[in-house]
Amino acid sequence: MISKKWLQVVGVAGAVPFILTACGGNGAEEGGGEGGSDLSGTISIDGSSTVGPLSEAAAELFMEANSDVRVSVAQSGTGGGFEKFCNGETDMNDASREIGEDEIEACEGNGIAFEDVQVANDALAIVVNPENPLECITVDQASQIWNEGSTVTTWGDVDGLDVGDLSDEDITLYGPGSSSGTFDYFTEAVNGEEGVIRNDYTDIGEDDQAAIVGVEGDAGAMAYIPYSYFTEAGDAVKPLQIDNGEGCVAPTLENVQNGSYAPLGRGLYVYASDVALERPEAVAFMNFYIENQALISEAAGFVPLTEEQMATSTEQIESLTN
Amino acid sequence: MVIDKGKRPQRPRLAVAGARAATESIFTPSSPGDRVANVLFRALLLLGMGFALLGLAAIIIWSFIEGLPRLDTQLVTEGPSTLFPENAGYRTAILGTLWVIGGVVLFIVPVGVGAAVYLEEYADKSRWWNRVIEVNIQNLAAVPSIVFGILGLAFIVRGPLSLGFVAAAGSLTLSLLVLPTVILAAREAIKAVPNSTRLGSLGLGATQWQTIWHHVLPGALPGILTGVILSVSRAIGESAPLLLVGAVTFVTFDPTFFDGQYSVLPVQIYNYAGRPQDEFRVLAAAGTILMLAVLLSMNSFAIWLRNHYEKKNAR
Repeated sequence: MISKKWLQVVGVAGAVPFILTACGGNGAEEGGGEGGSDLSGTISIDGSSTVGPLSEAAAELFMEANSDVRVSVAQSGTGGGFEKFCNGETDMNDASREIGEDEIEACEGNGIAFEDVQVANDALAIVVNPENPLECITVDQASQIWNEGSTVTTWGDVDGLDVGDLSDEDITLYGPGSSSGTFDYFTEAVNGEEGVIRNDYTDIGEDDQAAIVGVEGDAGAMAYIPYSYFTEAGDAVKPLQIDNGEGCVAPTLENVQNGSYAPLGRGLYVYASDVALERPEAVAFMNFYIENQALISEAAGFVPLTEEQMATSTEQIESLTN
Repeated sequence: MVIDKGKRPQRPRLAVAGARAATESIFTPSSPGDRVANVLFRALLLLGMGFALLGLAAIIIWSFIEGLPRLDTQLVTEGPSTLFPENAGYRTAILGTLWVIGGVVLFIVPVGVGAAVYLEEYADKSRWWNRVIEVNIQNLAAVPSIVFGILGLAFIVRGPLSLGFVAAAGSLTLSLLVLPTVILAAREAIKAVPNSTRLGSLGLGATQWQTIWHHVLPGALPGILTGVILSVSRAIGESAPLLLVGAVTFVTFDPTFFDGQYSVLPVQIYNYAGRPQDEFRVLAAAGTILMLAVLLSMNSFAIWLRNHYEKKNAR
């Protein structure tokens, strides 16, 4: 007499998702009346977890205006995303680095042409106390201070760094917690590998403002903070210029946006394929992304594009649609 | 047909030996060393159990404290949102998880039990291929989950099945992942059904199929259900293989089984836990509680069913 029971079990287990789907309502359809466009279809985006939040914000805003278009965003990493993108399985790929040689070949092999459309800028500033005479630091020196197993305790311990009276002063370090994107980016750019860092700095968690307060009150302190925090801090802290082998470059909006502030400044990209941009909803989404980039960047905490960058991005989208 | 297990006569012998030893120990005065060892052993066992419970309690309590501000109805009724994390919820992820896990249950119960019945009741163990199958099933249980993700991507999402990045693909991938557990548990349960039951049924003229369906399976059901509960609990918490077979982090429309993008709770929680904004971390903690609730409600049905059959069999 087991058969009836089994049928019941199978029936109940199978029915649960149907019932919930029926009860749940559908978010995409709720705004039906207000979305005044007749675009419809689906757009799938994958790629970098740094750029992911930007694309999610763009998707959210876009779907408010175009309620019949369904945009989904996955975050399997820049590389994992390119694998699917070049296989024609996704329409766009979020990338925090340039596409690699192998990936270009894979895309070409499948007849997929693409453009790297820049959607935002990302930058970090290394800041010290205004009393510190230091103006510029090389990437190597920064790595000496911050790298795993660093023995640097005073400013004098750092090779080739002239800080005058401060050389006997202890370096007090402030940095964000390991779950932050700022942490990932800094450790990779300065120490060469994501997550590698000395472990005796003051962990300020996600409160970047705490780093500014700390550096402001201690002549020997140093911290790295997202660009947006340093621009708001005014004279409280002093940003260092970064020497990546080509002279000292200051973290100004211009240097970040033109790419010379390396390696602590970088562009964030969405790769779009020509195959996807044959569809009007995909073109509309990319244009929407660029038109609203200032709002999207702000929501996700990045540096917006310049007018010039916006123009370039718009041109790239156009070139793919022809 | 394998009726005589060969192992059965050993049990009485073991029982006799055990009883004899117990009786002897009562009449032999134990030395102080023995008593110390006894106490130490018990303390070690308690310590082991305490460790397991402590870890579990710490996670649940932390999630409750951290996630309390967001344990509201919006958590269930709203979709994800990057712009308004304070109102975001897990609706699409819950539905995705229900689809994926529902599919897992529908797949693993017939296939897992079928494989176990074959191996226990039909397979001739003197044949080499049956032994190879047995050893391989046991080894499969130790394969890292990400490997199943790669397998799912190559053979289910692409390749022969080409289902695409849909919930059904995630479901099949997780099914393969937990199938060994179900088969092993079901085999043990079938093995534990007394041989006299089989012999009695066959002696009355029932066919082997009738014997298995009416006598062996009902007796083994509680054990089989335990295996299913364990498997579902493992499958529901997996995120690594699902990331490979297409679970996304942001989808605002409700998923279906064979069409469209889907997300699942662990992927969504993992993603939110790594975000810099506080609202997202609260959301992740609340999501952990939510996942626990979904898991418990899915399993409680199986647990109820198991207890029901255990009582019935005890009579």
